[in-house]
Amino acid sequence: MPVSVRNSQLIYDSLKACGIRMFSALPETWLVHLIRMADEDPDVHMVRLAKEEEAIGISAGAHLAGVKSAMLMQNHGFLASINGIVSLAHLYRIPLLMLVSYRGEFGERDPWQTEGGGNTEALLQALHIPFNRLDDPSHVAHRIRQAQTLAEASLKPVALLLCRDLMWEE
Amino acid sequence: MLRIDALQSVYPQLERCVVVTIMGAVSAELQSLGHRPNFFYLLHAMGLASSMGLGIALSRPELKVVVLDGDGSILMNLGSLTTMARYRPHNLVHVVFDNESLLSVGGFPTATATGSDIAVMAQGAGIPRTATVASLDDFRTAFDAALASNQLTTLVAKVEAKGPPIFLTDLAMLENRFQFQRHLREM
Repeated sequence: MPVSVRNSQLIYDSLKACGIRMFSALPETWLVHLIRMADEDPDVHMVRLAKEEEAIGISAGAHLAGVKSAMLMQNHGFLASINGIVSLAHLYRIPLLMLVSYRGEFGERDPWQTEGGGNTEALLQALHIPFNRLDDPSHVAHRIRQAQTLAEASLKPVALLLCRDLMWEE
Repeated sequence: MLRIDALQSVYPQLERCVVVTIMGAVSAELQSLGHRPNFFYLLHAMGLASSMGLGIALSRPELKVVVLDGDGSILMNLGSLTTMARYRPHNLVHVVFDNESLLSVGGFPTATATGSDIAVMAQGAGIPRTATVASLDDFRTAFDAALASNQLTTLVAKVEAKGPPIFLTDLAMLENRFQFQRHLREM
């Protein structure tokens, strides 16, 4: 599988270093190694979802109960979560660390993934969700740390876009 | 059975639990019986109360968590039944007050008015304990049994489609949210 194991490990280790102890995810190709790493890690809870909006509730509950969490989702999962983001996370000032696999950008081969890419950043901007790209291993740990710091300081959702150049090895 | 009578009948037990409610009548009625810092009222995000309860229950396995859900809300997030069932936290009791209607927006009938059965769906999802009750005595008995069972339970309580005249209370949402978080830290 050409999903990068090494960069997935780098992302996973960076999240653990931020104190993340709960993950939620709905499986998608680029996330397979991250999900496996969380599944195999006895120190974390890995919550597999039926639909990504559940993750907003699970992370909100975890936050109020004192556990740091991260959400692993495809950009279409972000699209499916928007009501929860607005009417729970924004309304109640809940920090969320959303790692969003950025399908549908330049280089996308799957025709069915091509529509979501063009809407992702515009919707993040419309919702005033700060976001940054993870597209090179050299900045992964730093940007994850910065994203988590901002989420906790602002008590609001932040997003990191997992980009093709980082996640996929041709 | 009136929902407020059901809430009153288990209020002493709720005082010792972490409670997450949905919006509308459930929130207003529980507050009318007496707000506690361990009660959180999710005043929007329909469907996510059960997901919040799951997040709390997994994060704090030593606490008893009670979600006070409704038929309209859980019908918006049926996948949550399968996610709860997958991890089946022993410390989570999921109560669904089923009045077969969307009461707070005018009483439009939900699918439970036309035959959909939430307890059967919960059982089919894999929730280890499920029941439907229609009387106050049965509700109290089933709720206590659920708390004592140490098993994930979905308890459907059939209630009348009656609620308070207004749903707004003087507890601000953010006041509730920060008080609840601080209280959980001390529990």
